[in-house]
Amino acid sequence: MTRPATRPDVVMCPGGPMLLRGDHVVVDDDGVSHATTRPVSAVCRCGKSASKPWCDGTHKVLPPKLRP
Amino acid sequence: MTSLPKPRGRLSDAVLLALRELPEQPVERIDAEPESDDDAAITLWTLHELHYRGFDEVDDRAEWEPELLRVRRRLEERLEAALRERWPGVPDGLDLQRDFFDWVADHDGPSIARHVHTAATRDQVLDLLRVRSVYHLKEADPTTWVVPRLPVGPKAALVELQFDEYGVGDPARLHAVLFAQGMEASGLRADYAAYVDEAPAEILEQNNALSMFGLQRRLRASALGHLAAFEATSSMPSRRMAQGLDRLGFPAEMAAYYTEHVEADAVHEQTALRDICVALVAEEPVLEADVWFGAWACLDLEDRTARRLLSGWGVAA
Repeated sequence: MTRPATRPDVVMCPGGPMLLRGDHVVVDDDGVSHATTRPVSAVCRCGKSASKPWCDGTHKVLPPKLRP
Repeated sequence: MTSLPKPRGRLSDAVLLALRELPEQPVERIDAEPESDDDAAITLWTLHELHYRGFDEVDDRAEWEPELLRVRRRLEERLEAALRERWPGVPDGLDLQRDFFDWVADHDGPSIARHVHTAATRDQVLDLLRVRSVYHLKEADPTTWVVPRLPVGPKAALVELQFDEYGVGDPARLHAVLFAQGMEASGLRADYAAYVDEAPAEILEQNNALSMFGLQRRLRASALGHLAAFEATSSMPSRRMAQGLDRLGFPAEMAAYYTEHVEADAVHEQTALRDICVALVAEEPVLEADVWFGAWACLDLEDRTARRLLSGWGVAA
């Protein structure tokens, strides 16, 4: 069996969020801290999420040039 | 405590009778053809349920009764054949990783969530919650069948996703439990399969396709394509559902189930596609068509449910 590839802790999704694996505290634009609660969290990169700092899928309705 | 559903025709009549008579009476050959889609769907749902939680009045050995497995296989072949007949095939010139989300977004089906958001009545939403409960009270379970059938990369990624579905080890956070709490707070029954007799064939077919994809190793990649499409069509509709429930004055517990899915599924849609489906196809390229088939089936079956429910409420789909 080949050795599995190393799993990344941070993943930039093309046109979408940044995935964070594990426990982290994310500070938003207003200086408020948000602790992650799930095994993988998606951080908004398009700036349009209604759940910031977390992604809510809104990037998918933006024109491609406005996506991250 | 799960009770057998009501029969909807000759075939379900025969199968339900055989289930009740086990183990005293061996199952005799059942050759009845389904009378209708309803008859086929409730029979297959019942036979699949033997692999999940079973029924109070049915001997557990019924799960591996050869004649019942033969009926199950016949009905799965009928369901798969109907899906494949409607399927337009693998989309031309699309790259799974690069184009999947746009392909899903371009699919323009009727939306129940949009109706709930702005226009649905309280009774329509209660109808919806009752029939959706057939799936949501066992949410994620059909996909768990796939785990041991995968190479290590997609397997680890699927378990990571399912771990979140199952509440990260906290029973109170299981998605199925969040839905049950919302049902109870809304004055509905939260026991497993309580409303299956109200579910139209289209809802049962959604459940049956998921179980078929999960239970048949041959269709493992379709189970995962279905998962990717399901997650990719969840975040924004879940936000609309939560806002619609608030608009109608439903309790916070019911909206909380949908709010949880806004953020959870924004993660899951990424990992289901990249770490599960794309990773599986990289190892077993021959499975790519099955991924697309499962994803298409998810969208197609939801369209059919949406049309059925919306037209039943007198709303143009």
